[in-house]
Amino acid sequence: MLSLNELWFVLIAVLFIGFFFLEGFDFGVGMETQILAKNDTERRVLINSIGPFWDANEVWLLTGAGAMFAAFPNWYATLFSGFYIPFVFALLALIARGVAFEFRGKRDSLAWKRTWDACIFFGSFLPPFLLAVVFASFIKGLPIDGDMQMYAGFFDIVNGYTVVAGLTVVMLCLVHGLMFTTLRTVGDLQVRARKLAQKLLLPLAALLLAFVIMTYFMTDVFEQRGALLMVLVVLGIAAYVLSGYFMSIKKDGWAFGMTGAVMALSVLSVFVGLFPRVMISSIDSAFNLTITNAASGHYSLKVMTIVALSLLPFVLGYQIWSYFIFHKRVHEKEHLEY
Amino acid sequence: MDTVMLSRIQFASTTIFHYFFVPVSIGLALLIAIMETMYVRKGNEEYKRMAQFWGKLFLINFAVGVVTGILQEFQFGMNWSDYSRFVGDVFGAPLAIEALLAFFLESTFIGLWIFGWDKVSKKIHLLAIWMVALGTTLSAFWILTANSFMQHPVGFAMNNGRAEMNDFLALITNGQLLVELPHTLLAAYATGAFLVTGISAYKMLKKQDVPFFRRSFEIAAIVGIVSSVGVAVAGHAQAQYLVETQPMKMAASEGLWEDSGDPGAWTVTAFIDPVNKVNSGEIKIPYLLSFLSYSEFSGSVKGMNTLQAEYEQQYGPGNYIPPVRTTFWSFRIMVVAGSLMVVLGLYAMYLMWRKKMERPNTWFMRFMFWGLLLPPIANTAGWIMTEIGRQPWTVFGLMTTEDSVSPNVSAGSILFSVITFNAIYAILGIVLIGLFVKVIKKGPYHMDHDHGESHDPYSKEGTTHAFS
Repeated sequence: MLSLNELWFVLIAVLFIGFFFLEGFDFGVGMETQILAKNDTERRVLINSIGPFWDANEVWLLTGAGAMFAAFPNWYATLFSGFYIPFVFALLALIARGVAFEFRGKRDSLAWKRTWDACIFFGSFLPPFLLAVVFASFIKGLPIDGDMQMYAGFFDIVNGYTVVAGLTVVMLCLVHGLMFTTLRTVGDLQVRARKLAQKLLLPLAALLLAFVIMTYFMTDVFEQRGALLMVLVVLGIAAYVLSGYFMSIKKDGWAFGMTGAVMALSVLSVFVGLFPRVMISSIDSAFNLTITNAASGHYSLKVMTIVALSLLPFVLGYQIWSYFIFHKRVHEKEHLEY
Repeated sequence: MDTVMLSRIQFASTTIFHYFFVPVSIGLALLIAIMETMYVRKGNEEYKRMAQFWGKLFLINFAVGVVTGILQEFQFGMNWSDYSRFVGDVFGAPLAIEALLAFFLESTFIGLWIFGWDKVSKKIHLLAIWMVALGTTLSAFWILTANSFMQHPVGFAMNNGRAEMNDFLALITNGQLLVELPHTLLAAYATGAFLVTGISAYKMLKKQDVPFFRRSFEIAAIVGIVSSVGVAVAGHAQAQYLVETQPMKMAASEGLWEDSGDPGAWTVTAFIDPVNKVNSGEIKIPYLLSFLSYSEFSGSVKGMNTLQAEYEQQYGPGNYIPPVRTTFWSFRIMVVAGSLMVVLGLYAMYLMWRKKMERPNTWFMRFMFWGLLLPPIANTAGWIMTEIGRQPWTVFGLMTTEDSVSPNVSAGSILFSVITFNAIYAILGIVLIGLFVKVIKKGPYHMDHDHGESHDPYSKEGTTHAFS
């Protein structure tokens, strides 16, 4: 039986996996507006394809952070104060991106649209990059002292390992987003999305491999849970190979599922490597934050568990329903919102 | 400046800005839901057009409200990490539930509402906007649960040097919440209503689409008068609760240094000298303070000097008097703005009752237009009074603001974030106003797209006929 602390660690992992799987593709589509789209109509088709979803996808992040706050207040406090500046940039990017979707179509001016398009691009690129940097430094270890305070310098956060992690996740989001595009568009745009995804598979493989190797040598997670992580790596490779296979036979739905699986397995590996720690101190392992010393009291966790488990089915239910309602492809001949 | 001051500036500026948009979202969601309900029940296309026209303003506003809300959730950890450690056990739960229960609801159904006009049935579409309205209201409930804990901590026990929840029911039936929630929610409904009546009055003055805006005006004016009278009643209940639980805030908002005596007189204006702890040039209304505090014309209210001495005994040496002038004046600004709303609302009711809205008085319509500023003024002043009046505490009686900041974040980092957030917020504010003006000028009959038929996306004119 899981203890409540373990259950909440699992739930937070699930929320972040959900976030990277879901917002991952809309981040990818956001990047595509500059990489794949040839003109304004294609840009609008792309934005419309994620229009009904991106906002709810982002709530997965907010709920993840909220759950951290409630279940592991010390994790939340150490994390957000310790990564102050990266979060400032991530938030600025998310703010600009969120309003850009609403604002870009509101005026007929080229300069106006270009400005908001730039916000959409950087707003889709920076957050996954920065969040991946944060997650990678979780398992690499950070200067956390005995009072659970983290005093990190620039290079504690930005270094070879975390940058590779950032680029890997950005590339994953892009490929995942491209597969989403093949599902929700038609014609030339769809064909080009699939082709670009196939082209990016090789650089993605290189990044993923580099990330796994660096993780092996630069962190202790393989010492801690080598067997389980090897299983995840093998599954990840399988999902990656299958995604390439499904792309080549134009089974876009399956390919999308597989790129999502690579993403989910990557995030899952970080959480598996962490457990039962939530943040690793590079100063002394006695200063690690764990699911015990970072957690709320038993009563609080119990209340949260009851609330979460009774609400979750509804939340998942209407989200799946909304994807079902908007399952039809976006066509450039129809009314385009943005 | 030190990190405490900078963190306070960051929190105050970003929260005040965020809260310009929240009440508008809550209020407009309700009004649009009412309008769309009338459309579905009566089948009159005019109501659909109403929901869509006000919906455009709603969506622009909602976008800014949502994005500025993201920062709100993160900055507790970023700037106030010691606070987060100390009360996370209690305070985190309502925030997490807010995300799970309210944010998902809002964000999923707003997507359905925007993109679903021709994809789902009328009734499902109507359900979507009601779900959005429900979501915004639930959101208010949970964030105010968290805020009420800071004003009046309940349902917890001190354990290992931090507050731990031991009674969830007490948390969500906190007396503070029961008076704060109706006051805040009704104020939000009034905010949406006065925005609609204000813009409608402007368009009627300009003699543009008069029937459309008269009908919008009438729907909103009813919501406006009900909610602004309700705000006053709820505010009275809140003041009485304040006397019991945060007497220092009450005394500061009255500029009351010494005990008021029995019966207490209400100070209308005064020059307050917080250094020498005296007021000059006071204008007072006898009995009124006792009535405000106890609903009867007798009873003394404790002054700040008495309370300071009491608090020093209870909490040790320190200054427990909040910034008095800010508390005093923000309270009066709120009350005056709220009273004007009631007066305007009542007069609008009178005009509607006498069927005089056909040819309303120009002056009155001008007042109604500027009246759209009253709720934001009252909301902002009300929150400033509530939060400044609580100083030096973040959690009343438990933790001071000074002890709440992140010890590991440098002043430079905070300064950087204060500047960047305020800069981007200023841009957002300007853009939002510009877009509002643009939508309002265009009017309801010149939607720049339609939701029914296919058309060439390159032709922007091909769409305007749809509703005319």
